[in-house]
Amino acid sequence: MNEGLDKGREIFTEEANELLAELEISLLELEETPTDTELIGRVFRAMHTIKGSGAMFGFEDIAHFTHEVETAFDLVRTGNMLVTKELMNLTLRARDQIRAMLDGISVDEAISNEIIASLRALMNSSATSEQVEYEPQDHRAVGSQTGQESKDVDSDITTYRIRFKPHKELFLTGSNPLLMLGELSELGNCVVIAQTAAIPLLRELDPEMCFVSWDIVLTTCHGQNAIKDVFIFVQDICDLTIETIEADSNMQEEERHLKLGEILLSRGDVTIDELNKVLGKQRRVGEILVDAGLVKEEQIQAALVEQQHIKDVRQQRAKQESMASIRVPSEKLDGLVDLVGELVTVQARLTQTSVAFADPVLSVIAEEVERITWELRDRTMGIRMLPIGSTFSKFKRLVRDLSDELGKEIVMTTDGADTELDKTVIEKLNDPLVHIIRNSIDHGIESPEVRVQAGKPRHGTVHLIAGHSGANVLIQIQDDGAGLDKEAILNKAVKNGIITPDAELLEKEIFSLIFEPGFSTAKTVTSVSGRGVGMDVVKKNIAALRGTVDIKSKKGVGTTIALKLPLTLAIIDGLLVKVGEDYYVIPLSAVHECVELTANDIEKSHGRHISYVRGAIVPYIRLREQFLINAPVPEVEQIVITEAEDQRVGLVVDYVIGEHQTVIKSLGRMYKSVEGVSGATILGDGTVALIVDVPKIVSSVKLEGSEVAL
Amino acid sequence: MAVASITDTTQYLTFKLAEEVFALDIVKVREVLEFSSVTKIPRTPVFMRGVINLRGSVVPVVDLRLKFGMSQTEKNINTCVIIVEISLGSEKTILGALADSVQEVIELEPERIEPPPNIGMHMNTEFIKGMGKRDDVFIIILDIDRIFTLEELADFHKTGQQFN
Repeated sequence: MNEGLDKGREIFTEEANELLAELEISLLELEETPTDTELIGRVFRAMHTIKGSGAMFGFEDIAHFTHEVETAFDLVRTGNMLVTKELMNLTLRARDQIRAMLDGISVDEAISNEIIASLRALMNSSATSEQVEYEPQDHRAVGSQTGQESKDVDSDITTYRIRFKPHKELFLTGSNPLLMLGELSELGNCVVIAQTAAIPLLRELDPEMCFVSWDIVLTTCHGQNAIKDVFIFVQDICDLTIETIEADSNMQEEERHLKLGEILLSRGDVTIDELNKVLGKQRRVGEILVDAGLVKEEQIQAALVEQQHIKDVRQQRAKQESMASIRVPSEKLDGLVDLVGELVTVQARLTQTSVAFADPVLSVIAEEVERITWELRDRTMGIRMLPIGSTFSKFKRLVRDLSDELGKEIVMTTDGADTELDKTVIEKLNDPLVHIIRNSIDHGIESPEVRVQAGKPRHGTVHLIAGHSGANVLIQIQDDGAGLDKEAILNKAVKNGIITPDAELLEKEIFSLIFEPGFSTAKTVTSVSGRGVGMDVVKKNIAALRGTVDIKSKKGVGTTIALKLPLTLAIIDGLLVKVGEDYYVIPLSAVHECVELTANDIEKSHGRHISYVRGAIVPYIRLREQFLINAPVPEVEQIVITEAEDQRVGLVVDYVIGEHQTVIKSLGRMYKSVEGVSGATILGDGTVALIVDVPKIVSSVKLEGSEVAL
Repeated sequence: MAVASITDTTQYLTFKLAEEVFALDIVKVREVLEFSSVTKIPRTPVFMRGVINLRGSVVPVVDLRLKFGMSQTEKNINTCVIIVEISLGSEKTILGALADSVQEVIELEPERIEPPPNIGMHMNTEFIKGMGKRDDVFIIILDIDRIFTLEELADFHKTGQQFN
């Protein structure tokens, strides 16, 4: 029992988080187009669902708080309140508050109360009239109200035919039938047909009497009781019938009923032509009945609307089913990826074996397996891919709030939001992007006055672009701000002792100084940035994702920061090398080139670990020394030139085997603190090869070097 | 005198290191593999022999003989890797233990298991759950969770070089 509730709460939390994300997007869009009724509806529905299911799973505080916000949006929805900046600010804050409540963080009650109070004040000032005007004379009110779809589709959905025929004295009790109809439309998809036949001629009409009755077709997941509740105060003064037209379960059965004509056709008793001819002569049932005076035109109309309604519901449901997507826990996916990785390994062994056997039948099978395996691998990796758009839309909020705070006018635009990236990469990308965007807004884009003086548009632009480039994803953050000030960066770097005053640096090197820890050129420290923490974190995080950061900037024109990231973390391209009896994989993204190292070369450098590659000096590290491998040294060794910490460093190995598609395996907890090895992979023959952690090795050698110098 | 922690009749997998018979609670044992090749991880203690490929997973292998102060396990036709599940701190992890040969699965009643003597064992008695006796052969029942402690595994890279 309790378990069920916990599960429910879990699901609620998950769904509410999604709804809140959606809510934020809708709110930001609404701010741009304040009159978009569809957006207003979306905001309202999100609030409504959070409130409803929140109360259901015992999140009373959330339900209570959300109710207040929902009330405000109800006014907006009915056109009694306008979407203002003030309202948006409050609602966004309310969203954050709900979020905090949801996370179970101890929430400051005072903030909740303050938001509610401000909302109420706002409502009071703008609510013109709570009362919806109603004209009893308006007998042309054949209203078709399509209420919102209810969110919980999984409960039983039933279509009801409701006949609501109020007694004439309904108005005398002060009841407003329109409000009831409105309430009904809240319950689900609802079509209302007014029956106006009973209205007498105008001169005989008593305006205080109600002559109209209503036929309502309602498709809802709420039970009959919910419908009865709507009419609870008027049940003694009206004739109310509620019938079930169609329950969800028997729908398919009904669809199987064939018409008489169709049966005759399938039995071959009549031909299609004959049937059509006969049918052409036939008049519609409705027309016949009206002619016979059995029913009134309006009643036919009502029946037809009902028919249409059911058809629509069916169609919609079919559509929903065909668009179905499923939610899968990520562990399951990880398991699948692991299995596929295993399959890739086994397939490599199969291919190797088939080559050894040289049997044509076997090699055909092996090739087939290879094709399918690669396809399977790509698809499986594809499942883990998510569009980056969801991350982008989060930043919209960030930009909005920050520009408000700093008194700047900034617009954020995005491109390539549908670019897909591995889920884990996206998650780890969030923090670096936040830092970069903050920096752009705080340091990059100038205040409106300065911009106008410089002949630029008042509002600055932050442009986020994502796109594929080979096996990488390129993410660019462009701003049209002041650009990086080379002089200021240099001065600061000298002051902080990062470089010496006489150092001569390339533009690129100067820009990369901003990634040094403790570096900030902002003259004042703001709450946003300037503390010099951030950009070094960016570089670190991106490097951890095996990505690179590149800066381009032109003073007065703007800055572009480009992040280059691998598509996935599970598989990398590697260079397979051999030292002694062991195989190692060096990530190919770090490899520049391979050159030979002969005994002669070693002699020439007088025992120093330095090689000359086309005139340039490149220091090298002997992997066998680092990894303490005792094996005979081949005559000619290979230097794999890599780039680590912006420096070219060679790694000396015995043999370079070639490129290798590397499925990365963790070494597990026991080898967690191993240095110089970042993981392992399984080779075609089933042996394990280690993946070399180049930056770690380089930095540890540097450390050893400095210890010797002391 | 029986061992307090052992109250039920339990099945044990027995194996040999050199000439001595050891046993592991069968619940801890996942499977037994033939020992083929192992990839040494640089700068790790010598008793950590490296990693093997267990159907696509990378699993560490330890040399129990070295851990118990004997000479390194030499590979021969009987050498096996016993894959065990151990608790490392609060988490469970999979580990391979090298054995000279795997014997059989036996059942031992609690009354036939005695606590290890304090002296004359030539190895740390902390690793030993109890001593069983069967057909006049002493069986050393190991407490596999205690053989590897988190501290030891976390600290190895500091001491690793001196092992090599």
